[in-house]
Amino acid sequence: MKSTLRRGRVAAACLTLLSVSVLSACGSSDSDKKTEAVEKLGKTEGQVSILAWPGYVEDGSNDPKVDWVSAFEKETGCQVTSKVYGTSDEALNLAKSGEYDVIAASGDLSLRLIASDEAQQINTDLVPNYKNVYDFLKDTEWNSVDGKNYGVPHGYGANLLMFNKKDFPEAPTSWGAVFEKDQLAKNKGKVTAYDSPIYIADAALYLMKTQPDLKITNPYALDADQLAAATALLKEQRKYVGEYWSDYLKEVQAFETGNSVVGTTWQVIKNSIENKDVDVTLPTEGATAWNDTWMLSSQAKNPNCAYKWMDYILSPEANAQATEYFGEAPNSPQACEKTTDPQHCATFHAGDEDYAKQLWFWRTPIKKCLDGRTDVECTDYAQWTQAWTEIKG
Amino acid sequence: MTLSRTTRRLLAGLTFGVLALIYLPLLVVVVNSVNPSQSMTWPPDGVTFEWWRRAAHSAGARDALVTSLQVAVIATALALVLGTLLALALQRYSFFGKHSVNLLVILPIALPGVVTGIALNNGFKGILGIDLSLWTIVVAHATFCIVTVFNNVQARLRRMGTSLEEASADLGAGVLTTFRLVTLPQLRSALLAGGMLAFALSFDEIIVTTFTAGNGATTLPIWILNNMFRPNQAPVVNVVAVVLIVFSIIPVWLAQRLSSDVEAAR
Amino acid sequence: MATTDVADARPDQAPAPALRGPVARPGSRLLHRWVWLRLSLLLSAPLAWMLLVYVVALAALLVTSLWSVDSLSSEIDRTWTLDNFRTLLDNEVYRKVALRTVGVAAAVTVIDVAIALPIAFYMAKVASPRVRRMLVVAVLTPLWASYLVKVFAWRVVLSEGGLAEWSHLGSPGYGLTAVVIAQSYIWLPYVILPIFAALERVPDSLLEAAGDLGAPSRMVVRTVVLPLLVPGIVAGAIFSFSLTMGDYITVNIVGGASQMLGNLIFINAGAANNLPLAAAIAMIPIVVMLVLLTAIRRTGALENM
Repeated sequence: MKSTLRRGRVAAACLTLLSVSVLSACGSSDSDKKTEAVEKLGKTEGQVSILAWPGYVEDGSNDPKVDWVSAFEKETGCQVTSKVYGTSDEALNLAKSGEYDVIAASGDLSLRLIASDEAQQINTDLVPNYKNVYDFLKDTEWNSVDGKNYGVPHGYGANLLMFNKKDFPEAPTSWGAVFEKDQLAKNKGKVTAYDSPIYIADAALYLMKTQPDLKITNPYALDADQLAAATALLKEQRKYVGEYWSDYLKEVQAFETGNSVVGTTWQVIKNSIENKDVDVTLPTEGATAWNDTWMLSSQAKNPNCAYKWMDYILSPEANAQATEYFGEAPNSPQACEKTTDPQHCATFHAGDEDYAKQLWFWRTPIKKCLDGRTDVECTDYAQWTQAWTEIKG
Repeated sequence: MTLSRTTRRLLAGLTFGVLALIYLPLLVVVVNSVNPSQSMTWPPDGVTFEWWRRAAHSAGARDALVTSLQVAVIATALALVLGTLLALALQRYSFFGKHSVNLLVILPIALPGVVTGIALNNGFKGILGIDLSLWTIVVAHATFCIVTVFNNVQARLRRMGTSLEEASADLGAGVLTTFRLVTLPQLRSALLAGGMLAFALSFDEIIVTTFTAGNGATTLPIWILNNMFRPNQAPVVNVVAVVLIVFSIIPVWLAQRLSSDVEAAR
Repeated sequence: MATTDVADARPDQAPAPALRGPVARPGSRLLHRWVWLRLSLLLSAPLAWMLLVYVVALAALLVTSLWSVDSLSSEIDRTWTLDNFRTLLDNEVYRKVALRTVGVAAAVTVIDVAIALPIAFYMAKVASPRVRRMLVVAVLTPLWASYLVKVFAWRVVLSEGGLAEWSHLGSPGYGLTAVVIAQSYIWLPYVILPIFAALERVPDSLLEAAGDLGAPSRMVVRTVVLPLLVPGIVAGAIFSFSLTMGDYITVNIVGGASQMLGNLIFINAGAANNLPLAAAIAMIPIVVMLVLLTAIRRTGALENM
């Protein structure tokens, strides 16, 4: 009985393997991906499907007062369906399914979308509200490739340093607070950091300012040696880290209770913390930051409604609503005038070019060095992921 | 077996002690649903019904609940049919490869959810070339729910034996008639128990669901996951959980009553 | 699993239905005559489902783990390679994470079974029918409070100044201990139920007979009850072990800075779209479970599950 059983199972396994190889060989073909920009718009399709961060596409179903989708639907006749994602990595997979027309992408995702032909070049002439957008957000490394624009800016924010005044009577002025051993030691187990491979750039930025020998000129363009140095720094930091955060409720809670006392943060997280001892600062080294852009899928089934959406969400009213709700700087001076909190743009340093100059916006690390070096190959996101796995251990 | 008084007391104490521990975190959920602090810090410094008011107006939560119920009902129905068929085949017949089939049924629940998740995700999109949707969730859920029905029905069949079915056949009843009038009634409470577990499993599943949910298919756990990471929404999630607990007592109680009625009637 | 009836202690009967007696209609006669026809009618639908939906997907995953991702186009390159498995073997971190994950899963399983045994025994054999019904409801109800909400409740309980410290019990803080606690908590009902069901099937008369013959309680438990319980325990243990091993959400919420296999699979399936590496990592829990299931099957517990 036993031997026949085994033989049967082996045969079955071989059969399935065979059929799978055949099936997978003919499966998944690159179907109608269109990466060039359109010349003009056609009739709207009556629907549009959007992939975005939570809080970007609100139709009032979670809170009737938070709704900028209904106005869009009424105005254009395009019915919106949306899906939210938790991390850029998750978004990449979802975007590849081709089910989404428009994608809100952070800089650590945009180049990956473009490289895998998932993004379609955008004809910004067809997005009238684009002209209002701050110039320093336009045609940047994280939304354009070879002079072609693939994304229209939504809002932006910096990855700041948050600390508890009880443990830091004097506000820290340097990222050394989370990278230098002697400063980390007193807060062992209460340090926090962003849980994503892209956080390696924060370490690289610190090294860029403190260890000139490494010759880092762009924290997103690291060759193998530079990545190793950043990895080593983060492995040292790991010994003092209490927890990594990725969703912001987690960090709000940790700082409220005192489980974390120092680490990276977003301004919006600081704003939701009621504990008066918690404060944020932009250290002298500058900081990494994100600028999300609306991208058009190369497999978009509803490109006309998608253009309508991009223009709508860039309009001062909608942009002000969406960025204020999420807690980030709006993309244009016009939007700043429409926020309900008159201080919103000041709090988030919107339009402050000197402030923005200190920010290294997220972009996707790729093999071709983003800083223009051609003599070495840089490390790509897959290698950063690998390094991140080892850092967390 | 005669147990000493102290042993009985000890067992009772342990049981109710653990039950109290089980309900403690649920109590925290209830308290947090009226905790004014958005980040649910302990101890709460007041009472607010703001979250309850917001939850009552949340169309998103209602839609997600309906979606979850739909998925769970269809997945459970599929699992009931497939699980019963399999249990009948495996318990009443002996055939080549029987043990492999037995193993195969257990596999979807025995392998970690994240493995099942990426396997099915890759299978649907890469091999079959179908877009993810509500139906892909249903298929995934039914696949790992089969085992709960299968286990219950198989255990019942084993204890039932075949004498009643044989008697029915001897008296001239056809195979289907025998199944309808003899086998099925005896299986009722096993089907109920298996179905309930399958339903609960599907209703609260998040990991496999994340990988198999299509655009717009938001089940309740996914809605909860999304909202825990949204400004000002986390406490609303607590309200939803409290409501779920309260309402779940009714079907659980009913099912218990129903199955024990069946026992009594036999 | 949760079959809640009192057993009538009939010994297992061999299948092989008898082929005799007058039969009604022609279709029925056909069914009656040909065992294999009946069998294939019963088997075809569920078997086709399992093969088409699941086995094919799993096999495809296995195949994918032998491919790689082209770093330029980030498309899957379909040339056979063992690189992914080499990565797993060469980097110590994967071994460490794998061991940690199995350790956590084992701890959760042991804790759950240890807690579930006495409770299930009390429910099935000591409590009055009315109390029993109440207890079953009490155990089943927490299953309906969302998994995520419960884990978050544990985050609140274990936080600094949270319920655990507030009530002077002390908190282990966020970390692996917290993961073990939260996971044991969440999967406990799934372990209690099958053990309870197995116990209910042990007829009281059997226990009494053993007692009448003079066996002390402890011996009755060891020689009579435990062997009958093994299938229930195995079912519960498989549940808690595999559910813990595949989890990546609890460890994110209360796990502090630690990561488990689930996190690695999740991050690689998404990050840079490295499905092949994710598939290779997924082979670790698959192998662990297959080894476990085979070992368990040797004991015969699976057939009785």
